[in-house]
Amino acid sequence: MDFSFTEEQTLLRNMVQGFVRDNYDFDTRTKIVNSDTGMSKEIWQQFAELGLLAAPFPEDMGGLDGGAIDIMVIMEEMGRGLVVEPYLPTIVLCGGILSRHGSPQQQSAHLPSMVSGEAIWALAYSEPQGRFNPTDITTSAKEQGGSYVLNGQKCVVMGAPWADKLIVSARVSGGQRDKDGVALFIVDKSASGVSTQDYPTVDGGRASEITLENVEVASDALIGTANTGLSLLEEALDYGIGALCAEAVGHMKMLNDATVEYCKTRKQFGVPIGSFQVLQHRMVDMFMDYEQSVSMTYMVNMKLDESADVRRKAASAAKVQIGKAGRFIGQESVQLHGGMGMTEELSVGHYFKRLTMIDTLFGNIDYHLKRFAQN
Amino acid sequence: MDVEFTKEDMAFREEVRAFIEENYPKHLLGKERGNLSKEDFLAWHKILYKKGWVAPSWPEEFGGTGWSVTQKYIFNEESAAYGTIAPLPFGIQMLAPVIYTFGSQEQKENVLPGIASGDVWWCQGYSEPGAGSDLAALKTKAVLDGDEYVVNGHKIWTTLAQHADWIFCLVRTTTGEKRQEGISFLLIDMNTAGIDVRPIIMIDGGHEVNEVFFDDVRVPASHLVGDVDKGWTIAKFLLGNERSGIAGVARSKKAIERLREIARGELDDGAPLIESGDFSRKIAELEIDLTALEYTELRTLAAESKGQGPGPESSLLKVKGTEIQQRITELTMEAVGNYASPWVPETMIGDNYMAIGPEAAYGATQTYFNTRKTSIYGGSNEIQRNIIAKMVLGL
Repeated sequence: MDFSFTEEQTLLRNMVQGFVRDNYDFDTRTKIVNSDTGMSKEIWQQFAELGLLAAPFPEDMGGLDGGAIDIMVIMEEMGRGLVVEPYLPTIVLCGGILSRHGSPQQQSAHLPSMVSGEAIWALAYSEPQGRFNPTDITTSAKEQGGSYVLNGQKCVVMGAPWADKLIVSARVSGGQRDKDGVALFIVDKSASGVSTQDYPTVDGGRASEITLENVEVASDALIGTANTGLSLLEEALDYGIGALCAEAVGHMKMLNDATVEYCKTRKQFGVPIGSFQVLQHRMVDMFMDYEQSVSMTYMVNMKLDESADVRRKAASAAKVQIGKAGRFIGQESVQLHGGMGMTEELSVGHYFKRLTMIDTLFGNIDYHLKRFAQN
Repeated sequence: MDVEFTKEDMAFREEVRAFIEENYPKHLLGKERGNLSKEDFLAWHKILYKKGWVAPSWPEEFGGTGWSVTQKYIFNEESAAYGTIAPLPFGIQMLAPVIYTFGSQEQKENVLPGIASGDVWWCQGYSEPGAGSDLAALKTKAVLDGDEYVVNGHKIWTTLAQHADWIFCLVRTTTGEKRQEGISFLLIDMNTAGIDVRPIIMIDGGHEVNEVFFDDVRVPASHLVGDVDKGWTIAKFLLGNERSGIAGVARSKKAIERLREIARGELDDGAPLIESGDFSRKIAELEIDLTALEYTELRTLAAESKGQGPGPESSLLKVKGTEIQQRITELTMEAVGNYASPWVPETMIGDNYMAIGPEAAYGATQTYFNTRKTSIYGGSNEIQRNIIAKMVLGL
């Protein structure tokens, strides 16, 4: 048994940590979030130069041969800096699907521009009526003389305003919530029939509502087979959860440190408020929740490559832990900072907002409790 | 023991309901607090004033309604059920009782009419950067110079000070060993030279609170309320009034109704979310906790009607009331699912705004963020528990 990181992983952590510290402080992040585009292409390019965009992919695809643990290390450090650039949707979700299941042609057509930072991707899977269930799909894909025609609506597509390419889930056959008959397609965002409505999200990101109206894609846009898209999608979302948990752990660490520091220095009634036992115990609970979250984050990221059953349970369990801990730590960090924690000016409120949205991403506590129980 | 309303009470309820339905400005219905202009805040206030119902809790001689405790309760319940924008508490609920209890005859005559009519907007100058939970640590100084005080200092979290005409302030008039002694209660015209109001933007994007800076602000000594250096008694009296009514039972009932409506519209695996056992159980828990709070508040009101003023028990109403409000907003955000994510700035809400997701989801997350303040303001919930520990349990 060994929970230690390899030398390469430690170097990777130090590198990302250093980069975020030196290039992505809270003021910089605020400027990026409030800019017209809402992300920094320059930062993205630097990620490419540092090899972060290549990290998880196999060497023969131009990658650095990393795995889930490497992504975990990167995401945790990005979480500490509240990085808004689309590492999760582009590299973890879409890059993951392409590298695991894309055809050699699709991989050589798309991975190089992803790794070089030229192309940004988004995963368009959720639908307005579907809540958190990725199986609930009304978007249709009809085969028509060697190509597919897509029609439907995707909602709250994370990172889509910045994306050049989309991976879209659509139904080639079966009923609205059937497990069979789901396919994943590569769709150019600029393709005729794709329209988007872009907006900022409460946690400093950007997302889009996407309407597909008679969007025609060639048959080589299909990833895997036309019937097995759901298992690919579910797998990608579980990898996404592994990465998201790591990001959340980064937020929690920052919040706990900031809260302890604040309670040591903030004086009321002539003493630091951290000397009050009731607040000490609250911070101890926050600390314990953080440690449990770290454990679950390690657990899920070690199990992502195992069988689908094992992977599913691990992902749902970790997501429940992160959801609960994120809520508690976020809320109490604000509470212990008092009014200051409620202000736009302090980073505390921004970590709180991101942690709040992380519970909603890829299914909330209730969704994953149910999924865990049913598997 | 019974909780039935009398025939007279029922008739009164009908009268109140009819008046609200007939007279409430329809364009204000459903408007979120974060989007209200100064005129919006005052519109219903002024209508109530004309009707003579703006200040039910005041003694009749100053413009109160003379209603029984039960009638006041009914009025609040009906107002909340309709979703009215209640008159702001700073003048009506906080300052006015101070004035008619501690103020001079001249102050009663000068201050109360403006509060009632809504012509004078008051804000509360209590908290300071170094004096939050520990209010007695306040440092804003008022030094007597002839027949004027010269005020220097810095107040924070001043709600809606951007609209205010006047501010009531706790200031330090004497620096002695006991911090509670040496505090005075001073009324200051916001138009006086040397006052600077700076906005604080909160995590929901709203501008509700401010910092107020005082730089050699000259205030007539006659604007001091009560005795000099004895303001702490007034401060505590006011905070007691601030806590009563903070339970917000009727408004929480209304919010749960809205939550149910959203959960009826949101689909989960093809069925309305409200039919999900997990979710409906959570709403049920909330309703049960709210019922407990409602009956606790009714017991407090019954005691009050027998002349027993709200004691430290009002801290219970504040803690439980705000916890329930927070849970409702949390569950509402949860109900809207993926549509918790879009950020809808205030300026985007309105006719020209292109809709994202179901209308019911608008602002659900921002309201959740905003409501985190309720366990911090008005004496944090930690402080309320200290009060109960000390004053009720004798610990």
